[in-house]
Amino acid sequence: MNSSSAFSSPHIHQAPSVQQVMCQVILALVPGILFSTWIYGWGVLIQCFLAVLFAQVLEAIMLRLRKQPLQLFLFDGSAVVTALLFALCITPYTPWWINLVGMAFAISIAKHCYGGLGQNIFNPAMAAYIFVLLCFPLELSLHPAAGHYPGLRDTLEIIAFGIQGYSDGVSGATVLATLKTGLDGMGMISEIRTSPVFGQLAGKGSEWIPVFWLAGGIWLAYQKIIKWQVPAAFLAVLFVISLIFYWYDDSHYISPLFTLLAGGSMLAAFFIITEPVSSSTTPAGRIIFASGVAIIAYVIRTWGNYPDGVAFAVLLMNFSAPIIDRLTRPKVVGET
Amino acid sequence: MISEGLHRFPGGLKLPTEKGLSNGHESLITPLPDEIILPLKQHVGHPAEPVISIGDNVYKGQVIARANGYVSLPVHASTSGKIRDIGLYAVPDALGLKAPCIKIEPDGLDSWCDIQGVGDFASMDPLTLQHVIRDAGISGMGGAAFPAHVKLKEGTQTEVNVLIINAVECEPFITCDDRLIREKPGYIVAGTRMIRHAVQARRCIIAIEEDMPEARDALLPLLDDDIELITVPTIYPQGGEKQLIRVLTGLDVPSNGLPIDIGIIMHNVATAAATYRAVHRGEPLISRYVTVTGHVPSPRNLQVLLGTPVRHCANQCGYQERSGDSIILGGAMMGTLVRNMHMPVIKSTHCILVKRVLNRAPEMPCIRCGRCSDVCPARLLPQQLYWYARSQDQDRLRKHHLFECIECGCCSYVCPSNIPLVHYYRVAKNKINQHEKSLFDAMQARQRYLTRKERLAREAELQSEKRPDTEATKTETQDKKAYIREAVKRGRTRRRKNHGHKGDVSDE
Ligand code: SF4
Ligand code: SF4
Repeated sequence: MNSSSAFSSPHIHQAPSVQQVMCQVILALVPGILFSTWIYGWGVLIQCFLAVLFAQVLEAIMLRLRKQPLQLFLFDGSAVVTALLFALCITPYTPWWINLVGMAFAISIAKHCYGGLGQNIFNPAMAAYIFVLLCFPLELSLHPAAGHYPGLRDTLEIIAFGIQGYSDGVSGATVLATLKTGLDGMGMISEIRTSPVFGQLAGKGSEWIPVFWLAGGIWLAYQKIIKWQVPAAFLAVLFVISLIFYWYDDSHYISPLFTLLAGGSMLAAFFIITEPVSSSTTPAGRIIFASGVAIIAYVIRTWGNYPDGVAFAVLLMNFSAPIIDRLTRPKVVGET
Repeated sequence: MISEGLHRFPGGLKLPTEKGLSNGHESLITPLPDEIILPLKQHVGHPAEPVISIGDNVYKGQVIARANGYVSLPVHASTSGKIRDIGLYAVPDALGLKAPCIKIEPDGLDSWCDIQGVGDFASMDPLTLQHVIRDAGISGMGGAAFPAHVKLKEGTQTEVNVLIINAVECEPFITCDDRLIREKPGYIVAGTRMIRHAVQARRCIIAIEEDMPEARDALLPLLDDDIELITVPTIYPQGGEKQLIRVLTGLDVPSNGLPIDIGIIMHNVATAAATYRAVHRGEPLISRYVTVTGHVPSPRNLQVLLGTPVRHCANQCGYQERSGDSIILGGAMMGTLVRNMHMPVIKSTHCILVKRVLNRAPEMPCIRCGRCSDVCPARLLPQQLYWYARSQDQDRLRKHHLFECIECGCCSYVCPSNIPLVHYYRVAKNKINQHEKSLFDAMQARQRYLTRKERLAREAELQSEKRPDTEATKTETQDKKAYIREAVKRGRTRRRKNHGHKGDVSDE
């Protein structure tokens, strides 16, 4: 801030700081992270811890390189949020170097190459997730079965040395992946659902994780940290399209409730597509952005090559955000 | 009690009002200061021209500088005394600039020159009434300081459906209108009727805020059914011209337009009181109510002679300058931070606010959270404007209606990144205006060049007295001249619109 702008009106100010905003987001993630740990084991916590550690170190290095004030930006919390979201996308069995590669991509390329906080065009966590998904498809495809995971020691071993050679039958595929493989093999949903990974509604045990994201998200919306319209539009659109297809043919298309509770739908709704920097910033634009992500994610999930399409959908919509903003500028008062 | 049938304007904020600091005490008539410094320009428009010389004795109320042009006002001596100097003195300005002023040394007698009111205003020609108001030097007194007669004149050219007298003091801390109404309700009601006559308005409203019940009670018994008193909820910036019009009538002033375009004229209550004095008693505008508040020992309102140094006013409230304090002329949201207290109170000075600590958190990058656009009363996208202002993209700034920004400060107030957004907009507006001015100047230079060329051609023609076949070139030059005249006119209208009654949140 230069000297003259510091003296500009208004002379009073009342807002949470960027740091406070980020802290609230982190707090809202905590219950979900803990519950995921309970379902999927220590791996979840370890991934979060590693990602945050890598992110903060890389953030410090990048700030130094870019000659930015460390004390101002290092503790703004934005890198922590990115790290947590990334850690929640990857499997708890991810070897540490993949986590590091992801964070390096998120912090140095997706964030700082574009100019740091507030300047990123793509959601850094999603960009990093896609990057590692393309580079290490195999390592990222293995998931612990819900409620049946290795102990702390074994988990650390997997993360330290990779999962090869560790064939204890503890790994499986996510519900969405199971479903995808099943459907690709011309199975009917009713048959595929007899697989033990399924629970009452979606994934066994894991079907309750979204409830925690939902709770955290509602709290954030209540605190006005995120805009409720964004998750509402996303979930509504996702629900409606899956409902349409489910009606059309319920043996090949999954139920709307399953769509909402499986994979990253809830996390995406409240924590990923609400990332403001890389999404649209006009009131109508936000709705379009959220709906776009929902549609693309559904398309990729249903007909694409990847079991969960949210990350790709977010990046595609990030790309279109500036255009959406330009086309949806609200009419100023008195404009005809 | 909030009146029914009101509308809402977009955005806005509930702010801590801080009115209780200063509105509980009766206003104090400020004793004569040692010197009176009257700037020649206390309003939007051209500065006045001095008509006295150093050493002259003047009476209170005497014209000491005359209006210079249409958008200009005369300056009257605010007390009797000797003219000591005509020169540059500090004026209310953020950069601490000096401007031409007349300095009077009061003789302590405070004796009036001959003044006389007009008898029965109701039988007067509205235009004559407007002249009385202009000659009394009345300009908007809520902060924007637009010469009052210019708006009144609009009223004679177009039919006025509604005259709104604005008593909505939406800025925190300021209570001078509140006190004025409580203490002089008769002036306001009478002044309102006079302005109404001057513009021949069909309907007339006094708008007051919900948290001014005493002022409301003071006005009520004086009103007939010719004036409606409407209470509006306290939301900042409700007192802004466009916002208040929207709330009261549900109509939007067209962007780039003026209230008169939809048949509305708005004046501030203090302007109404000043009108009453001018019309009824012949008193020009030489004093006003000023709120002195914030970190001063006894915050209150003062009745201050124009030209009284700000320091003198602050002293009356027991305040002595302290290093580290911030002095703000105007409110906390839109006021100007000044560097010292040398400058005088002028027609538009409504508040002297002393703050001990100002928000000095560091500026962070915009995270596009959208809080700013949620509160913008003009429904702008402050985050985009900020982006374009930084990249100096004048085209986009204009397309995003930068000039509709009333500089209310709501956006900066809620910004988590602590960005002084209004500052960026002000700088950008200045840049664009300068750019336009340079285009305008270039056009004028071109015109001068063409005129000269034409003259030379004519002279050459006269000298040689030869073939009279220059007809074609002549018409071409005339075409060009007509074109330039048009362009210059367009530039002027645009300028008027840009400067028009912009940025006047707490006034008119
Ligand atoms: S409030 Fe501040 S940080 Fe948020 S979008 Fe507006 S300018 Fe950017
Ligand atoms: S200062 Fe301008 S941009 Fe900011 S809220 Fe007020 S009108 Fe909107």
